[in-house]
Amino acid sequence: MAATGIGARVERKEDFRFITGRGNYTDDINRPGQAYAYFLRSPHAHAAIRKIDTKRAAGMPGVLRILTGADIEADKVGGLICGWMIHSKDGSPMKAGAHPALAIGKVRYVGDHVAVVIAESLAEARDAAEAIVVDYAPLAPVVDLATATEKGQPAIHDAAPDNQVYDWHLGDKAAVDAAFRKAKHVTRLDLVNNRLVPNAMEPRAAVGDYNAGEDAFTLYTTSQNPHVARLVLSAFTGIAPEHKLRVIAPDVGGGFGSKIFIYAEETVCVWAAKKVGRPVKWVADRTEEFLAIAHGRDHLTHAEMAMDADGRILGLRVKTRANLGAYLSTFASSVPTYLYAPLLSGQYNIPAIYAEVEAVYTNTAPVDAYRGAGRPEATFVIERLVEVAAREMGQDPAQFRRKNFIRKFPHQTPVIMCYDAGDYDAAMKKALEAHDVKGFARRRRESGRRGMLRGLGYSAYIEACGIAPSAAVGSLGAGVGLWESAEVRVNPIGTVEVLTGSHSHGQGHETTFAQLVAGRLGIPIENVSIVHGDTDKVQMGMGTYGSRSGAVGMSAIVKALDKIEAKAKKVASFVLEASETDIDFRDGKFTVRGTDKSIDFPSVALQAYIAHKFTGQQLEPGLKEGAFYDPTNFTFPSGVHICEVEIDPATGVTRIDRWTAVDDFGVIINPMIVEGQVHGGIAQGIGQALLEGAVYDKTGQLVTASYMDYAMPRADDLPSFTVGHTVTPCPSNPLGIKGCGEAGAIAAPAAVINAITDALGHEEIAMPATPQAVWKAVRAVAARAAE
Amino acid sequence: MYAFDYHRPTTLKQAGNLAAKNAEAKLLAGGHTLLPTMKQRLASPPALIDLSGVAELSGIALKGRNLVIGAMTTHAEVAGSDLVKAALPGLAVLAGGIGDPHVRHRGTIGGSVANNDPSADYPAGLLALGATIVTTKRRIPASEFFTSLFSTALEEGEIITRIIVPTGAKFAYQKFRNPASRYAMVGVAVAKKGARVAVAVTGAGADGVFRWAEAEAALARRFTPKSLDGVALPDPKGLNGDIHASAEYRSHLIGVMARRAVLAASGK
Repeated sequence: MAATGIGARVERKEDFRFITGRGNYTDDINRPGQAYAYFLRSPHAHAAIRKIDTKRAAGMPGVLRILTGADIEADKVGGLICGWMIHSKDGSPMKAGAHPALAIGKVRYVGDHVAVVIAESLAEARDAAEAIVVDYAPLAPVVDLATATEKGQPAIHDAAPDNQVYDWHLGDKAAVDAAFRKAKHVTRLDLVNNRLVPNAMEPRAAVGDYNAGEDAFTLYTTSQNPHVARLVLSAFTGIAPEHKLRVIAPDVGGGFGSKIFIYAEETVCVWAAKKVGRPVKWVADRTEEFLAIAHGRDHLTHAEMAMDADGRILGLRVKTRANLGAYLSTFASSVPTYLYAPLLSGQYNIPAIYAEVEAVYTNTAPVDAYRGAGRPEATFVIERLVEVAAREMGQDPAQFRRKNFIRKFPHQTPVIMCYDAGDYDAAMKKALEAHDVKGFARRRRESGRRGMLRGLGYSAYIEACGIAPSAAVGSLGAGVGLWESAEVRVNPIGTVEVLTGSHSHGQGHETTFAQLVAGRLGIPIENVSIVHGDTDKVQMGMGTYGSRSGAVGMSAIVKALDKIEAKAKKVASFVLEASETDIDFRDGKFTVRGTDKSIDFPSVALQAYIAHKFTGQQLEPGLKEGAFYDPTNFTFPSGVHICEVEIDPATGVTRIDRWTAVDDFGVIINPMIVEGQVHGGIAQGIGQALLEGAVYDKTGQLVTASYMDYAMPRADDLPSFTVGHTVTPCPSNPLGIKGCGEAGAIAAPAAVINAITDALGHEEIAMPATPQAVWKAVRAVAARAAE
Repeated sequence: MYAFDYHRPTTLKQAGNLAAKNAEAKLLAGGHTLLPTMKQRLASPPALIDLSGVAELSGIALKGRNLVIGAMTTHAEVAGSDLVKAALPGLAVLAGGIGDPHVRHRGTIGGSVANNDPSADYPAGLLALGATIVTTKRRIPASEFFTSLFSTALEEGEIITRIIVPTGAKFAYQKFRNPASRYAMVGVAVAKKGARVAVAVTGAGADGVFRWAEAEAALARRFTPKSLDGVALPDPKGLNGDIHASAEYRSHLIGVMARRAVLAASGK
């Protein structure tokens, strides 16, 4: 079994159907009598709606129904929610403006949903949408994050007259002020964390279906957490109660966080299905995704770090302004607060930290969690600060980090988190060697001879994954608990179905979860199926995001497997006529200790169902167990990434020459899948650092609304990555897993920018560091030298 | 996409007749600009005349000292042509660097030239090489063909049949790709044949492809990258600026790409 159990590089079971075109994505689902939805979207960033005239459009060929905000009001369809309450410094709750699924009275960003046309075909729906006449009264748009809350700016929501959502803080201001008074050196940086547009390969899609006979709905949707979608749709929109709403998230082609949220489009598809008495399908085109998917990042930060004379960090002060867009998306409020500031301690022993975060509305698409969600932003702040501080103090950046590393665990940071385990120095040492940092000076000289600039940058990141203990997040404002569920169903011949509340949309759960089960029960991996993504099959679950499925989802499976093993032992004790306490379970066999009497797991399963060897009074037949696992702590994956770049000063082109990643993910289930996650994460992080950036013009039009202007990383933008690991098992979950899904995206941006600034000898460079931006920096350095 | 009529003639004559009868119709070559524009409902021609069935429009031949390339010849065919590789290797390299493999197997030289996208590669190459665009009505020198952004000397109903490209020049094209679209943000084609030196620039001109006269004069004296030292770069006032590259940066890149093109054309 070693070939398929924990630690084995098992090829992904799901890949056969994916790479042979046999996947079943939402757009592959077509219901009998299906109609098509097309959303008429706002062309204005900010405008009052005076009137919507649908008369002519409604009479056009194929049109079944046109719905607007007036219908939402008439049917009392509840608005979309933000499920995490944040309180401002003064104790006041965040100012959440109403978020109707179709605009009522006002549009607030380009792409906002004004009306939906349901028609026999998509082309007819689109034709009719063009015939809808909307009388807009344009209002001044609020686009610029820096000035969004200034006096005189129009209010986007009545609930937030100055466009401020909240003004939040964390940490001990007085302690930080005191630390800065003692400081011998202070490093200050202004940082922009650029706005990103998630680009999963599969765009969002939904099919709403209504069964009038049972008065029940089914929603097929591209979701990372179908149960949360069902919960929100039933509890808040009021369209259907949970037992009358089945949500199915079939194969989903990537999410990166953007498919956590409950959007207007799927809400409308469910609601409209009953109104038109037909299944209603909507599939986003790429432009709609650019305009209306929840974007990521978008912070402006001023950060200061205080050091003593030796370069020991005394305190950290961070002031961030976060753009949340035009409406609060499902978890938007948590991202720049509790997913951000508690990570600002990084891997360092920092006695005092104080962070202030002001979140604001702008007339742009909503902003929410995107791969890493808050943690990339925090890592960028601390890892840029540390790198620059070392340079300013004339110290080697690696040694500066080592000097400040936390070395004793558990470690309570001044910002909530208690790091349970880690060995940051081990990862640093391994990375320094693997990267051949010693050879860097020689490589730099060699580049110089060719007229090229070479630089090296570090990023020693930490993240909090495995979210999260329910009571803890509840105390911080979360509207839900963040446990996970599992059910293990053993069939009579010993095959196993595992129902999980986690959802796989590229992570490979069908393989990794099966590895755990096959290894534990000693059965072939082919005999294990992982079932997920259907609220009628899996009773309840919290879904997949925040690198939680290994640490939380698999822990729930372990708990269920514990119960299965205990029950199976009881069955075996009857079959083997021995005391339960004398039975050992190893390698798929139950053996009476000290004898050769044994029975294998499938035979026990059969005995559990035929129930011939025990009575109903002695034991309940069957072999099926469920469990809910609520973590006791976050997990803390960490690692060191080293990026080495070569810059062509003539063009400003940055080429990443080599990349070394040494990550500590705790225990690794499938190294191949983990490496894939690291590669993908680094690619996204490099995308943020060098290529990607959503740009709105002054009027609130999205300039980067297609791949013509939004630069995604391509294979030839990336080097071949050197990936290694250290392992300190996570003490808070049974498998010792920390999580790996976001690490690359968290670590990479700081490593790239640290390398570029090292090459240039110039710290002011914003992301994305495009050729133009780097060329400008090259010229700035030349101008400075000429002075 | 709105509804439209679709015609697929098999001879040039049929195509010409269809074009004459349907004044609003669009000729469809590779369709890489036209079809996305129609899908986005930004263009709504009532009819398309698909030229892919007109066999006489495809193919590459060497006639005397000229390469004759049929208008419907794909980029991949030009890039892979032994004739082109032998007679004008820089042109094969140019064609092989257009878009990606999908684009190169659908996109055609005639379509590219007729569309005259300001970021397209062929206009710079053909302008530098002194090519001639042959249509159903006449022969048009490249220097008179590319008039402005997405504008050409083509008249209504006129169909490009082939492109005549003189061989024998030292020629190279160097482009700096837009990081997002990978179209030329700046592309510079340099050709030297006898005393004639031409430097044509795409991707940068506010008015489309243009020749950089100062560079040509300097390179005519001596065909080496060093000759461009001290030559005034094209005035940013006449260049494009966008979120990817300011006019000033484009001007700078023209100088860099021109030097690299001269080096490549010199076989270095």
